[in-house]
Formats: sequence, C-alpha cells, structure tokens
Amino acid sequence: MIEPPVVSPDRLADAYALLAESSHRPIAGGTDVLVQMTAGSGPPPERLLDLWRLDELRGIDLDHDALSFGALTTYTAIRRSSVCRDLLPALVEAAATIGAAQIQNRGTLGGNIANASPAGDMLPVLLATDASIVVGSVRGERTIPAAEFWTGYRATALASDELVVRIRIPLVADRQVRFRKVGTRRAHAISKVVLALSWVSPSLEGPWQAVRLGLGSVAERPIRASATEAVLEGQPPISDTADRAFVSLAAEIKPIDDVRSTADYRRAVAARVLHRLIRDAGGW
Amino acid sequence: MTVQFQVNRETVELDVPGARRLLDVLREDLGLTGTKEGCGEGECGACTVLLDGQVVDSCLVPICQVDGHAVTTVEGLGLDRGLGRPSPERRAVVDDLDPLQLAFLEAGGAQCGICTPGMLLAGRAFLASGAAPTDEAIREAIAGNLCRCTGYTKIIEAIALGASRQATTEAGRA
Repeated sequence: MIEPPVVSPDRLADAYALLAESSHRPIAGGTDVLVQMTAGSGPPPERLLDLWRLDELRGIDLDHDALSFGALTTYTAIRRSSVCRDLLPALVEAAATIGAAQIQNRGTLGGNIANASPAGDMLPVLLATDASIVVGSVRGERTIPAAEFWTGYRATALASDELVVRIRIPLVADRQVRFRKVGTRRAHAISKVVLALSWVSPSLEGPWQAVRLGLGSVAERPIRASATEAVLEGQPPISDTADRAFVSLAAEIKPIDDVRSTADYRRAVAARVLHRLIRDAGGW
Repeated sequence: MTVQFQVNRETVELDVPGARRLLDVLREDLGLTGTKEGCGEGECGACTVLLDGQVVDSCLVPICQVDGHAVTTVEGLGLDRGLGRPSPERRAVVDDLDPLQLAFLEAGGAQCGICTPGMLLAGRAFLASGAAPTDEAIREAIAGNLCRCTGYTKIIEAIALGASRQATTEAGRA
C-alpha cells in the first residue's frame, strides 16, 4: 500500500498556503480517500493534506435564517444535533443512512460534497434545500449554490487550491423536506436511487410552491429534476398531480445500468418513490 | 512523522509515515494482531477499534489523525478487571476477560472468530452509550460489522446479556 507524504496543519490559513504552493489531495475523515488508496483506484495522491486538525471547520450553528455546518461536521454530529433534528430532520435521516456507526463517526458533510460521487447520499438534500457551499483559498472565500457545484462525473466547481469550508442551508417557513434512499440493505448500501423533495405550503392540502427535487445515482452527478419540479409547482398533492409527476420523472431521468442496479429499475423506482411521497403528503 | 498516542492505556511513540493505516500500525508496528483485516474498505467492520471511545474502521484511519488520541483494541478489553496485563509469566485467565467477552463465551457469540474483535468493540461502545438494549438498537450498533457464520442471533443475545449484567452491576453500586 502506497503511503504518500502527509502534512497536518492546525490552522486553515496554513492549509490554504500549502494548497497554493503545490497540489495536495485533501483528506478529512478518510472514509473515501483511504478506500481509494487501498483499492488503487485512480492514480495515487502525490501528497495528502490532512484537514482533521482544523477545528475552525467544525460545528453546527443556527443564525436567524440558516443552518451553517463546518465542512468537518461528521454524520454522527448531524444525527446528534438537536437543532438539526428540530429544523432539518431530512438531513438527519440522510446522515443515518450512510454506512454504519464506524463510517458516521468519521465521514464528513464536506467530504461527501468534495468527493462528488453521483451516489453521495447527502447531496440530494443539499440540492432540495437550496444549500450554498462556501469554499476558500488564499484568494478568499466564495459561495457556490449546490445546484452549480457538481459539474460532471466526480467533477466539481472547486479550483485545485480551494477547500470546502462551510455549508449553509437556508431555513424557510412552511417548507417540508422529504428524503428517501433505496439500497440493497439498510446499512452500508450504496444507493440505487436517492431522492430529496422539498416544497413550501402553509397547509397540508394546499398547492406546493418552490418545489425542489434532488436525485442521486440516476445521472453522472447529483441532479435537480427541473422539468418534474415544474410539473409539481403550484399544484396540490392530489392523485392527478402524483400521476403526472410519475410520468414526468420517468421520462426526465436517464440512469444507467451498473453493478448496483439497472436503468429500468432506477427509473421505475425513482418515479414510484416520488409518487409515494406526494401521496403521503396529501394523506390519501 | 512522529506520532504519540495511547493504545490500551499505554502511551506509544512511533516514527511512521503519516498516511499509514491505523490497522497496519496496530498489527505490523505494534504487534497487536487481535485487530483483523477483512475487506480493507470500510464495509465489514472486522478492523473496528475504539478511537476516543467511538467505533471506527481502523483500515480507514490514517495514523496522522490518531496523534494525541486514545485507541482501544480487543487486547485492551478487560483491563478494568484490575489484574494487569497478561504476560509470558502470567498467562491470561478467564478473570482477565471483560464481562462482554464472558457474555460472548456463554451465549456462543463466536464461531470462526474473525468478526469477534470488531463485534466486541462495537458491543462495548454500545454498552457504554447507555442506550436501551432493544433488539433493534443492538442490530443498529453492529450494523457495520459483518458475520458470515452465526446469523447474528447469538451475537445479539451476547450483547443483550452483557447489557443486563452491566445494569445489575450498576444497580448494585447505586
């Protein structure tokens, strides 16, 4: 097993300076990077930049209209956060589906974002909640909307000297968020389909506004299904709406066959899950 | 790099590559072969150890992230019994075992044994959490540990037995 040199700065400014100097592969909790190094998938990193000591990148904070997560926030920290459980339970549900305790204790929200797997389980939730991803470098910070962050297969809008530093999820009055992951078993499954749906409605039966539908494992990157969002926008959660959303989503996504599932299954199950979420929301 | 950390309450200092896996440091550099390597990719939990009391897969932790922290391996279970460490002069006896290890023995919670060190540490962390030992909660606590022999039933019974003994001991102390 290759053991590249690793540097472990204590301060974010030092991490930025190292990245500006030469290319490093950032490593947070290691649950993706070490798997890739051990399996020898892809070229081995020349140097590692260990982020684990950067306490500046930890913590979950509530400001008046958003939840802010340090990039090193672990899935366990999200599950244990009472503010998350109260204000964004769908994110807690998503964190609980990742791996098992061993992975949740080490894996981080920033790592899930930067690893940019099309199957990243947190990513549809970030898409459905209009999250912003704050990235930083020696040149300062900039904010990238989640919808613009994943640009292709395992490709992101990050420059080579930039790190994910924070994730900001706006809190919206009367917003509902639902999460559903379909995998082979409850723990340790990589998604066949993963989906997050959000909408704003002051009542259970009333029309939905600001509909967002984020999906993983159905394209080369996490995506929003904007055509299906448009079908749902302004509609109440009735049977006819659900049927039209089903048809729309099945036509909109173009999943592939791979080792975990088939294109046909993914298309059918994504549409069924969406139909079911609308039915549950409408209470019929 | 030089790393210093605790393993089973003893401080160790090593000069090793910072990217070396905690698993390899334990097995190769420290000779603690109780921790097993199964899949090497965080799926099976055979290499589970406690890092500051939390379960981790030691195949996914680079040693640079262990510097200044405390690791417990299966060899460190039972140190609470106060007998000190077994040695060539004093071979381990049943009294050296952690109560959870005894529960595994009694319930038949091990067959081939490769998952057992990881199961014990996942079980230990679960008992330490103080969570109610329902079947569902125990299953979630060991969801990251695969066993290909037992069908899990006896492992779950062993952890439940360990929990009931712990509750009895705590009630006795109160």
